[in-house]
Amino acid sequence: MKRALIVHRAGPGLSVQDDGRPGYLGFGLSRGGAVDRLALVEGAALLGQGESLAALEMAGMGGEFEATCDVRIALTGAPMRASLGGVRLAWNASHLLPAGARLLIGGVEAGSYGYLHLGGGIDLPRILGARSAHLASGLGRFVAAGSQLPVGEESRAALTGVCLAVAPRLDGGEIRVVPSLQTDFFAPSERLRFEATLFRRDARGSRMGVRLIADGPGFHSDAGLSVLSEVVVPGDIQITGDGTPFVLLAECQTTGGYPRLASVLPCDLPRVVQAPAGAALRFRFVTLEEAVAAERQAEAHRKGLPAALRPMVRNLHDMRDLLSYQLISGVTAGDDIERNAT
Amino acid sequence: MTSVVPTSALSDGAAGWPRIRTVGVDGMLVSFGDRLGEPANRAALAFRAALDRAALVGALETSTSLVSTYVRFDALRVGHAAMRAALLSLLAARDWYGAPLPEGRRLWRIPTVYGGDLAPQLAEAAQAAGMTSEVAIASLSQSRVRVQTIGFAPGQPYLGELDPAWDIPRQKALSDRVPEGALVVAIRQLVLFSVTTPTGWRHVGQTAFRLFRPEADTPFVLRPGDEVLFEAVPPEQMARMRTDPDGGARAERLE
Repeated sequence: MKRALIVHRAGPGLSVQDDGRPGYLGFGLSRGGAVDRLALVEGAALLGQGESLAALEMAGMGGEFEATCDVRIALTGAPMRASLGGVRLAWNASHLLPAGARLLIGGVEAGSYGYLHLGGGIDLPRILGARSAHLASGLGRFVAAGSQLPVGEESRAALTGVCLAVAPRLDGGEIRVVPSLQTDFFAPSERLRFEATLFRRDARGSRMGVRLIADGPGFHSDAGLSVLSEVVVPGDIQITGDGTPFVLLAECQTTGGYPRLASVLPCDLPRVVQAPAGAALRFRFVTLEEAVAAERQAEAHRKGLPAALRPMVRNLHDMRDLLSYQLISGVTAGDDIERNAT
Repeated sequence: MTSVVPTSALSDGAAGWPRIRTVGVDGMLVSFGDRLGEPANRAALAFRAALDRAALVGALETSTSLVSTYVRFDALRVGHAAMRAALLSLLAARDWYGAPLPEGRRLWRIPTVYGGDLAPQLAEAAQAAGMTSEVAIASLSQSRVRVQTIGFAPGQPYLGELDPAWDIPRQKALSDRVPEGALVVAIRQLVLFSVTTPTGWRHVGQTAFRLFRPEADTPFVLRPGDEVLFEAVPPEQMARMRTDPDGGARAERLE
């Protein structure tokens, strides 16, 4: 039987996402791809597969799914209430989804975007080099109930039942930014006020960007409303004419006329993406050198994920001090772990 | 964040231009001015082409905006100082303001319905430009404008330059949804929307022209350097335009 994921029920914000389409900026098409790129890499590590494979991004709410064949899955990003045959499934972990079983994924319990990864990836045809939906461009669309998503082949029997300890990034917090090309359109006093302001993520948000709300007046640049449209990159903090900041995300426009006050470090962007409505966010300027060092550290972290996999242990209450179980560290293989987990 | 290139080696650039600025953590922008002008626009297009040919170590992707060339690079492998030096060296190679326009340019005639329900902000834009709606339609439909860059959304052109009367600012607040094919105006420029999008520009005309055709051999239809006439047609023609794959538009080669 053809490997596929049947979508019986779908939340309103399900879309197929991979690491996007670099190379089309000059044609006005932003890279897009998963808004939480780290979640994509975590899923790839959990399934031991390439980072360019496509997964299902779930904004706020999951759905009900069934596989036509046994398929390995991994769950990353914002944890959602997930169960298989009535048994709760751990997040940031891989599992076996047996053919015909119903996988239920509910609403987020923290954060904003959850990800369902499939062994072999979602194998839609590539358009302009990628499988991801670029919703703002009308490239692909939300995944609706009744869809069947083709799943790629896996060349070898592979591991499930592993998990990752993931550093928290679901509740907002302090976000590092660098000055960017238009930062000096804003008076130093405005930049200081921006850094001193406690923002909350607005309920309004999309894959293009999230709106920030704060008490007090809006932020104003000296550029006015007639500045030339200029290059925009994900992470840019755009100030619209009424002084409201928006943090632009993966599916943002490629150029824009509203001035940008700063740009969020790519490695801190998942924290902005995952901040739920109402979460507190603060911004702190760092130098370009500090930013490059932080990105280097984030890259090392991503590369270290496969080595950080741990076998999943179901009866945590039997193991009072997990840290003392040095025996379980290290790379594991074989379906003994899989049987334990499913 | 900014380094100014000595202008002694370059002609036509106002003092202080071109200028190199950083974009986020892994980008650099070479700007040839802060106002739209044909020499600066040509410079940006030609510099990008040269940057692509030069294939600088660590360069990942390039694009242009109206008067700037952008390069995204691997900032973990190539330092900002090294990338800046490489850009400065390429800048010194020629007078970019004197570069020719891209080759293979075309003139497009795109039928456009101005005002009415299909383009509800014509009167407001005309007023901002100090014209009656009739004069505004005549002015916009007879302006032969050039694609200065493609950006914002896939295949979407920024076109100019309009008569100085059209130097009107963007709106303070965004319009929620302006449809694909919309012709919008601000700061002496027109933009033809390739997607339905929120915008601060005013919606003055509506076309049936699809700029982004992901399923086609040429997914992005217009190119920088192409020229466009947005010819006025009555609203009754819209239904027929929508049945034509090119929205009733015609193109001819420019020599």
